[in-house]
Amino acid sequence: MSSGTGPAEVSASLAARIDPAVTEFAREVGASDPITVVGTRTHWHVGGELAAGTREIRAPAGVWEHEPSEMTVRCGAATSVGELSAHLAQTGQMIPLDPADDAATVGGVLACGFSGHRRLRYGHVRDLVLQTRHVDATGKVVTAGGPTVKNVSGYDLPRLLVGSLGTLGLLAEVILRTLPVPPAAQWLHGDGDPFAAFDLLYRPSSVLWDGTQAWILLEGDPSDVAAEAARVEPLGFGPTTDAPHVPATGRESMRPSDLRTLAGTGGGWLAEVGVGLVHRVEPVDAGPVAPANAALMTELKQRLDPAGRLNPGRSAW
Amino acid sequence: MVPEADTAADAALLGDLRGVVGDRARDNDFERGLYSRDGSIEGSLPAIVCLPETAAEVAEIVGVCRRHSRPFLARGSGTGLAGGAVPVGRPVVVATAKMDRIIEVDVDNRVAWVEPGVLNLDLSRALTPLGFHFAPDPSSQQVCSLGGNIANNSGGPHCLAYGVTTAHIAALEVVLPSGETTMLGGVDAEPPGLDLRGLFVGSEGTMGIATKAAVRLTPNAPSVRTLLLDFDDVSEGSAAVSAIIAAGLVPSALEMMDQRAIEIVEAFAHAGYPTEAAAVLLVELDGLPGGVSAGVEIIREVAEQYHAGHVRVAADDAERALLWKGRKNAFGAVARIKPDYYLHDTVVPRSRLTEVLDQVYRIADAYDLIAVNVFHAGDGNLHPILAFDRREPGVDERVKAAGRDIVAASIAAGGVLSGEHGIGLEKRDYMGMLFSAHDMYTQDLVRETFDPDGFANPLKVIPSGSRCSDSFHQHVPEGAWV
Repeated sequence: MSSGTGPAEVSASLAARIDPAVTEFAREVGASDPITVVGTRTHWHVGGELAAGTREIRAPAGVWEHEPSEMTVRCGAATSVGELSAHLAQTGQMIPLDPADDAATVGGVLACGFSGHRRLRYGHVRDLVLQTRHVDATGKVVTAGGPTVKNVSGYDLPRLLVGSLGTLGLLAEVILRTLPVPPAAQWLHGDGDPFAAFDLLYRPSSVLWDGTQAWILLEGDPSDVAAEAARVEPLGFGPTTDAPHVPATGRESMRPSDLRTLAGTGGGWLAEVGVGLVHRVEPVDAGPVAPANAALMTELKQRLDPAGRLNPGRSAW
Repeated sequence: MVPEADTAADAALLGDLRGVVGDRARDNDFERGLYSRDGSIEGSLPAIVCLPETAAEVAEIVGVCRRHSRPFLARGSGTGLAGGAVPVGRPVVVATAKMDRIIEVDVDNRVAWVEPGVLNLDLSRALTPLGFHFAPDPSSQQVCSLGGNIANNSGGPHCLAYGVTTAHIAALEVVLPSGETTMLGGVDAEPPGLDLRGLFVGSEGTMGIATKAAVRLTPNAPSVRTLLLDFDDVSEGSAAVSAIIAAGLVPSALEMMDQRAIEIVEAFAHAGYPTEAAAVLLVELDGLPGGVSAGVEIIREVAEQYHAGHVRVAADDAERALLWKGRKNAFGAVARIKPDYYLHDTVVPRSRLTEVLDQVYRIADAYDLIAVNVFHAGDGNLHPILAFDRREPGVDERVKAAGRDIVAASIAAGGVLSGEHGIGLEKRDYMGMLFSAHDMYTQDLVRETFDPDGFANPLKVIPSGSRCSDSFHQHVPEGAWV
């Protein structure tokens, strides 16, 4: 008995699903010279200065497939977060990438691996990525992950690519998981203890603190948002229409419990309570990488891009 | 070539391992037999079994294996269903059962530091008084280990809303195949560098052995409602699944059972499942009370639209537990119809559920097997159970062939090889259905970064031959059923 779909036929149908724009992008990447992908340059200086003479190209753009009942969307890496959000909003869906500037491209946000201010509720951006198609240093298309909302087929290259700054491969297309836009959203603001508020609330979307004031984002059913707001009202938090400004220059990574040590250290920062991320107005050096891990990272780069042609000058660590 | 049973080499290896773990290094036939299989239908004998108690012992065991040019294989509870813990190449099995301490619960950072042998449900039970749980909840959660969950990136019914294991692992202490010990990831927000942690989770023991993990604590929901919907028609049940999701609900679980599953589950659970129904949906909503109540109303509307017979809302925790008891023990209950079963795991787009289920029934019929379906409908994660009797001649081949056809049908419908069980040995040779040769070559390049000599759980995940350099043990041993 045969179901009529053997391995060869199935593979052929998968290859046929590679978008022509991705194939064209791979041709443009080629296999020889130093190369980088330019999005909208909102995060251009992350990871160091690019080597002079590096050829600049653009990744494909466009929302290519969105099936609301699957809660997934397939798009080109150069699609701007604003365009993607507008598309998804038509069917009441969203992806909480939340870059400071929504002109940022999806590929750029993922290459940097920067989660937005709602990570507390929705998790790291890497957890929203289902499938990646990238072009490797030899100019070939590599697909990893899978199109479905759940998948453990093969090694998790998508998580390796998120945050790799295009040094291991150049993102061409991604499939992301979407979420329903919550029926209600409300920012609260006040000078109460944000840590106490975080302990009181059930899965708030964001708790941000600048050392003297705090902002809390509640999302969900309107009755729940109202009830949760009432719980932290005695702590000194009340509704506001204004989201806080998030400094976009430096990102300092701390353990969530260590944020308390920032009390009394003056301004110029906004911390994500419960997450441990501190956004600073000045640049922040990333912490050291353990020697064994640095050796593995160097070896990964060596194996995947032996000539060092992908984003030369940039490093993810 | 794989070393044939080389008595002198095994004795020397055992001597050195005894120097590390004493009489916790074992080579008696009983224990080797015990560790020759996992929850899959594969099997092959290891040379030696070690039961380390500390990470330092694990590192020393790996060092001894390297000196003896012998592969090693980490093993938790052995509940894996894809053959990931089946020994290949006469390895040393490193069983983590004695590394079962919950080291610290750090509520301030919302993580618990655990050893790999801690059982999934034991952790959630320990966290309950603090108001937290560990979100991944595989059906085997009473017996499966966290180390196994990490190796397989395990799921479970509640991963629909909360995500699979990788989303719940902050940091991992691992012994690399080189014998070095290192920490991947971290409890801080953005550990610098590449996400080696994310790569390690789900790598099925081929990148080293996890010896300690910081797992994330999920707050228990203030409100939980569990509903049971029954349908006369499987396709209406499937359509209701898509409609619930399209309505903007993300239930914490959305499970489906077909008629045969309902019958066998009801016969032992006595949960009041409607045995005359063609399909039931078990839906759980959790969160704050307003959202949960609104969700119940949406589900009632969907139920009406898709002609559900009844909408039963569990009145209390006891009724909730009863409804779940049937679902969580469904696989064992299959023994009522046949003594053996083979549990599959593929994922398809939700919109293709009806069509692929039809194909599953037709494939089972064609191979003269009985298919029972109990699965995570909300994320399209099919779990066809092929019930059979191993004593029937030739049945193993029919079961495997049917499994292959089910995988092919799922992928043809736009799905993937596995949602939560992993690739292991079972689906290794099907990887080419989903990935191109170059995709697999790239994956193997990445694996080799961790393990250039192929010491860690060899011959799993990637078909051999994806890279030119087949090392000393990259051949299936004679007589192993892989």
